[in-house]
Amino acid sequence: MTYVLTGEDKPLTGFGALRAAVSSLDPRMRIVMTVIYAITVVALDDLRVLSGALILSMWLLAISGLPFQKTLKRMAMMDGFIIFTLILLPFTMPGTPMFSVFGFDATWEGLWRATEIALTANAVILAVMTLVGSMEPVTMGHALFALKTPERLVHLMMFTIRYIDVLREEYLRLRTSMKLRGFRPGTNWHTYRSYGYLVGMMLVRAIERSERILAAMKCRGFSGRIVLLEEFRLTRTDVMFAGAMVLALAALIWAEVAYAAA
Amino acid sequence: MPLLELSDIHFAYPGLEPVLDGASMRMEPGERLSIVGPNGAGKSTLLKLIMGLLQPDAGTITAFSKPRAEEADFHEVRRRIGFVFQDADDQLFCPTVAEDVAFGPLNLGKSKDEALAIVDQVLTRLSLMHLRDRITHKLSGGEKRLVTLATVLAMEPEVLILDEPTNALDPDNYARLTEILKGLDQAILLVSHAPDFRAEIAPEGYRLEHRKLVRI
Repeated sequence: MTYVLTGEDKPLTGFGALRAAVSSLDPRMRIVMTVIYAITVVALDDLRVLSGALILSMWLLAISGLPFQKTLKRMAMMDGFIIFTLILLPFTMPGTPMFSVFGFDATWEGLWRATEIALTANAVILAVMTLVGSMEPVTMGHALFALKTPERLVHLMMFTIRYIDVLREEYLRLRTSMKLRGFRPGTNWHTYRSYGYLVGMMLVRAIERSERILAAMKCRGFSGRIVLLEEFRLTRTDVMFAGAMVLALAALIWAEVAYAAA
Repeated sequence: MPLLELSDIHFAYPGLEPVLDGASMRMEPGERLSIVGPNGAGKSTLLKLIMGLLQPDAGTITAFSKPRAEEADFHEVRRRIGFVFQDADDQLFCPTVAEDVAFGPLNLGKSKDEALAIVDQVLTRLSLMHLRDRITHKLSGGEKRLVTLATVLAMEPEVLILDEPTNALDPDNYARLTEILKGLDQAILLVSHAPDFRAEIAPEGYRLEHRKLVRI
């Protein structure tokens, strides 16, 4: 949480501010294509085909106009979550032994499976980052709404987008005031108690703020529904992009079937 | 006929000392009144009572010639009285400025196109068109304040209630706010600790002391 709350970037700004080339495409189409892409890639098994999928994701990154290094770094951060699974997998899968460490055998089957997972995960996450991650969160909320996501969930997301920064600033103000009065975190009860107060105070303030927001909404005639304004248009470029993606996916599936038959 | 009349209002938060103990006031059409009083005297509570966000323990509130007691009575009051909150972050909850300004008109049953027309018209009138598509939480404090005023004016209220509108404004934005408010034709009920601001906008009014309202 501390990372999320104290990182250099403001939370939830993401790459949206970079005005990537891909952001001119219809957000609804991007979300739908990402979902189709993810489902297809997860269904693939063959390592050669999965490498193809990763190349396709790289191509998406190349045409998206996002900064290469920064995006790949983010992808590597995701790898940090699955690295232990990948390392342990060769030792836990039964099969032909490759080498052994402290009496545990690493198997070739396990190694192939780990590679498969790594390729799938990276291909999908890269596509998600280029197609969906490049959206302003607000735009994404609107696109989800246009795709008939339940209104309540969309509003929940929109309120989060709106207020996470207010809460973060409140947290930073409290932290600063603690620091200015000589607070140095350590491993002792005083620290735990102070952090407890900090979290408690943030909760209390959040509740009070939510009550004030509701009051302000009521004063402007709120009756339980929020109407969203943005409208999207599907252009020829969108259709062409979606067509190209579908063709590429069809090619991947065809390759998978062809390799499986061989 | 007064726009707004409070008579003999009593109010206490549960388990606490009474905040108001027989407070009365009245406001005529087009009148501009300010309410002064020390911190914690109950000014914000008084405003919440007027908007129906709190219910008085005793006393009557009459707005636009009708007594208002139930939640349903206040729906009309909220449409005709615009309330600008003390903290702009409480009021601006939509992601973009345009959506926030459109929120009120949409609640009043306007269509999307009508609401957007109102957005453009209000923002143009307040010279805020450059903020139209900005993300609300990225606005500066002064911009937020002016936008909250726009969100309320979009509902074309007959009365404006302003709770500490000059809080945290720099001299430029302060001057703009003063200028905008002077150009409006609505009746105004102002709560402010700034004597200069009161003198410009609403020199007359009430003092809240000893849980009662005294005309000054």
